[in-house]
Amino acid sequence: MRVDVVMPQMGESIAEGTIIRWLKNVGDSVERDEPFFEISTDKVDAEIPSPAAGTVVEIRGKAGDTVGVNSVVAVIDTAARAPAQPAEVRGATSGTAPAAAPQAAGPRASRARPAEPPPPPPPATSAASPAGSGAAPGGSRDQGGRFVSPVVRKIAAEHGLDSTLVPGTGAGGRVTKRDILAFVGAGGTRPVGRPADPPAGPPAAMSRQSDAPTFAPDQAVVRVGMTPMRRKIAEHMIESRRTAAHVSSVFEVDMTPLVLLRDRHRQLYLDRHGAKLTYMAFFIKVVCDALRAWPIVNASVEGDEIVYRKELNIGVAVALDWGLLVPVVRGADELSILGLCQRVADLAERARTKRLNPDEVHGGTFTITNPGQFGGLFGLPIINQPQVAILGIGGIQKRAVVINDAIAIRSMMYLSMSYDHRVVDGAVADQFLARVRHALEHFDESLL
Amino acid sequence: MGYREALELQGSLVASRRTGRSADTLLLLEHPPVVTLGRRSDPRHVLADAAELARRGIELHETGRGGDVTFHGPGQLVGYPVVRLAPERRDAHRYLRDLERALIATAASYGLAAGRRPGLTGVWVGAEKLAAIGVRLNTGWITSHGFALNVSTDLAQFETIVPCGIADRGVTSLARLLGRAPDVREVAARAAVRLADALGFSAAQPPVASERLAGLGGEPYDGARSENPGRPA
Repeated sequence: MRVDVVMPQMGESIAEGTIIRWLKNVGDSVERDEPFFEISTDKVDAEIPSPAAGTVVEIRGKAGDTVGVNSVVAVIDTAARAPAQPAEVRGATSGTAPAAAPQAAGPRASRARPAEPPPPPPPATSAASPAGSGAAPGGSRDQGGRFVSPVVRKIAAEHGLDSTLVPGTGAGGRVTKRDILAFVGAGGTRPVGRPADPPAGPPAAMSRQSDAPTFAPDQAVVRVGMTPMRRKIAEHMIESRRTAAHVSSVFEVDMTPLVLLRDRHRQLYLDRHGAKLTYMAFFIKVVCDALRAWPIVNASVEGDEIVYRKELNIGVAVALDWGLLVPVVRGADELSILGLCQRVADLAERARTKRLNPDEVHGGTFTITNPGQFGGLFGLPIINQPQVAILGIGGIQKRAVVINDAIAIRSMMYLSMSYDHRVVDGAVADQFLARVRHALEHFDESLL
Repeated sequence: MGYREALELQGSLVASRRTGRSADTLLLLEHPPVVTLGRRSDPRHVLADAAELARRGIELHETGRGGDVTFHGPGQLVGYPVVRLAPERRDAHRYLRDLERALIATAASYGLAAGRRPGLTGVWVGAEKLAAIGVRLNTGWITSHGFALNVSTDLAQFETIVPCGIADRGVTSLARLLGRAPDVREVAARAAVRLADALGFSAAQPPVASERLAGLGGEPYDGARSENPGRPA
């Protein structure tokens, strides 16, 4: 996607700026926030950072030129990270960019960044048309080798989806405009196979550490003090490893029925309840049922005693830009699917905006985490003390599996549970997980 | 402090300010004789050739600050605030005006009526320039470079240049205007207080973090290392 780089406005009454020098040339790679060019206005020289990462494809002003504020002085192509894309080869971004290309549309807009934004808020990212920027003659081929028209490309980019996922009804399997609009309308704004809706933000492949320090030319080391939250996380993690006898079990779950079930009810939930129907609600429901059958997994250890607890307070790990929080859904077994959707959404939102109450992060008896949210298969999480188990939800991915001696394509997902072998034996953990798997694969639709 | 050394120091302060490792910092110092050029300088504004500059013991440096040509030397208070501008202060012109205001107030504390000249950044007394300003905004609205206030500078050295490219106005100093030379350290202390005020720092929120810095609120100027006037760094 082409991103315009403009002459920034360095002050209220400043209407123009003079380019002093370019720090990057056409064909160079540039990172977001990397110094791109220098300008001068009155007695002030300013270093202007790049608004996006990519390759410089055009430089429209030269050193010494004075241009008005907000005029375009350069253009960056965010899809082409490889060196020197000839400017004429436009519509063929599909050839060079990885499947991340359509996702480059506005990658960082929604993410809350604690770091400083660069001086001018660049209005640029929406300006560049993603559809092969006008000059593209006709369409081009997509990943699957199918012909994709500019209009379809544009719609695909606007919705941040990969056009290869859209079933095509046109000649030769072509994706027509109607196909893609139908796909979008059916809620296919995310490639099928993403589990419990991840937080809005850039796809993992395009993300970077938001608080990475910069090194001065002569600096080999930068020391950054830990924030209080980071220190607490660090202590908690190592203490947990020292306390519990960590063991992990991994199970595979056929999520196909649940994926279809969710698709059937999503729109209804949205229309009737204004709530997003999330996978996490299903997981919590099913976990509560299994914890009632195997209450040792809901207990804790104090010295020589096993402390069983009546309440099921399920913690849901939320990843934040600055760390990690585990808000707790208290009395989770008493909530309906709708109630769970609403409660989890509310807790996650308030976790991200730092508005949780202290009692909402304490008292958990079991934790669910989502190591698959960035595309991983499964994780082996650390137990959240003083609990004795933590369940990791992996990514849902379509795979070829064997069912009744035939090969089928199913949406598969790994469940990985780390548990404390002081009190939870392997046999117990595995039967617990088998129960969870069964409940997910045979979810009672009447519960919705 | 040598000019190059000061450039390096600023560079590292800018970087560590960016990562939050250092706080906002004000450097107050003097330089051995040096003529510096902003990137847009007109080379014709350096009137002396290399031989002449060498004879006078003046170095020549190009820099990344705004502004044309200027001269620094002993007896001149040079100030480099390295601060991250608060969101409501992210305006290049505002920053320049804030610096001018602080320096005008400093001159006023000696009973001098200094002021601005619209279109000519700097601090003027009548038709003569008392202080020059040239600033750089680094990524993240972190400032570097700053100002040069003539306290007891050898004004004859300005003959080697067309100061700031302005040919028909002269330069002056506190010493010339007052008929006596104030101690640079004392001027630095007064300037520090007024800069803190103009840039929005309260005394309770010290913008200074290193031992090279002037005290705030009237504390005696701590002339650590190279700030001792007359002693080349």
